[in-house]
Amino acid sequence: MHLVYPAVLSALLFSVGLYGVLARRNIVLVLISVELMLNAVNLNLVAFDVWLRDELHAGQSLTLFTIAIAAAEIGIGLAIVLLVFRNRGSSNLDELRDLAEEPPEGPPHDGDAVESSGDATDPAGSGHHPDAAAAKKAEATA
Amino acid sequence: MSTFPANASGTVDGTLLLAAGRGFLSPTGVEITFVLVGLVTLGAAIMAVTSKQLVHAALWLVLALGGVAVEYLLLTAEFIAWVQVLIYVGSVVVLLLFGLMLTRAPIGPSPDADSGNRWIALAVALATAATLVTVVVDAFVSANSAWITLDTPQGDTATIGESLFRHWVLPFEALSVLLLAALVGAIVLSRRRSTASGAAPRTSTRPVAPPGPGARPRAGARTVAGGGPADAQPVADAQPGPGEQADAGGQSEQSPVNESEPESGRGKKEER
Repeated sequence: MHLVYPAVLSALLFSVGLYGVLARRNIVLVLISVELMLNAVNLNLVAFDVWLRDELHAGQSLTLFTIAIAAAEIGIGLAIVLLVFRNRGSSNLDELRDLAEEPPEGPPHDGDAVESSGDATDPAGSGHHPDAAAAKKAEATA
Repeated sequence: MSTFPANASGTVDGTLLLAAGRGFLSPTGVEITFVLVGLVTLGAAIMAVTSKQLVHAALWLVLALGGVAVEYLLLTAEFIAWVQVLIYVGSVVVLLLFGLMLTRAPIGPSPDADSGNRWIALAVALATAATLVTVVVDAFVSANSAWITLDTPQGDTATIGESLFRHWVLPFEALSVLLLAALVGAIVLSRRRSTASGAAPRTSTRPVAPPGPGARPRAGARTVAGGGPADAQPVADAQPGPGEQADAGGQSEQSPVNESEPESGRGKKEER
């Protein structure tokens, strides 16, 4: 078997996973896409390990480690997702905008809510909103 | 993939690297199987990232991961293939399904599964695919030494076990510590929710939270419901889901019910 077959398949799988990460709204679906990207990397590792006939089998060992880390990541990620869902009632990524400034009141990347919660860079017009958002965020991540 | 220029069309008999029968125009059975399974895997992956039904996306992911496991088998990485089946298909997908159900994913097709920037995402993904495939094909398709010889198995359990416990013991133990840390982290994340019921700051920012008109009817119902009851609602109906919390064990209080499933799934993983 030529090395191009698994390498091309891995590249295509990675691109599909990249599309899913960028295009999905639900957090769980984004996690699914991340799993696809991790699998593409694993396939590359195994293919190159078998091709090189490594004495230490570094590629396959690293694949095992990647699989274990992916399992840990999915566990922590889902715990965070459920916590966010309980606090916000939503699992859509584009509704979680508490760290962003509000568009009509301030410049879009003036400072995030954590920074403005100290009242140092707080503009007068949008006083209470970043504070409330910061409090909400702190409560969510407490 | 069989349309690549045949580099070994004029083969020289007897040489090791250019043995007869090696070429893109005369694929072996393993290569044909690899390409077919690869097409199935790729199609399942595309369905998993484009499906409008959330549970179906997770089920397409099962097919994609199973296809990758078959590719591992075809590459003679036997142990990795079974680990892939056990961990990914058996544990990760089950965790994802739990996550979908505990976040009350709709059963039917949800038209807002994709965000508004999906065309930008498609352009980025196509550019990435074109770049990677071009680079990979340029690098390897004309190299005579890039043939994988699959005559001897490279990844059976004895080989991988010996390599893992002889050369990679320290990373292995560090990985077990990492899994323990992930376990403790998930427990900490799930224990906190019994005190997180203060409603005052959330009601002040409630009109800010649902940004667009395309929000789900669930989010709309929450904005109508307003203050305190809206905050009590997801907690209340997140409760009846985990009837299976009793088997997760170890938790003395009643509240950290839902996230007990990740721990139980990962505990199963950690025993491996």
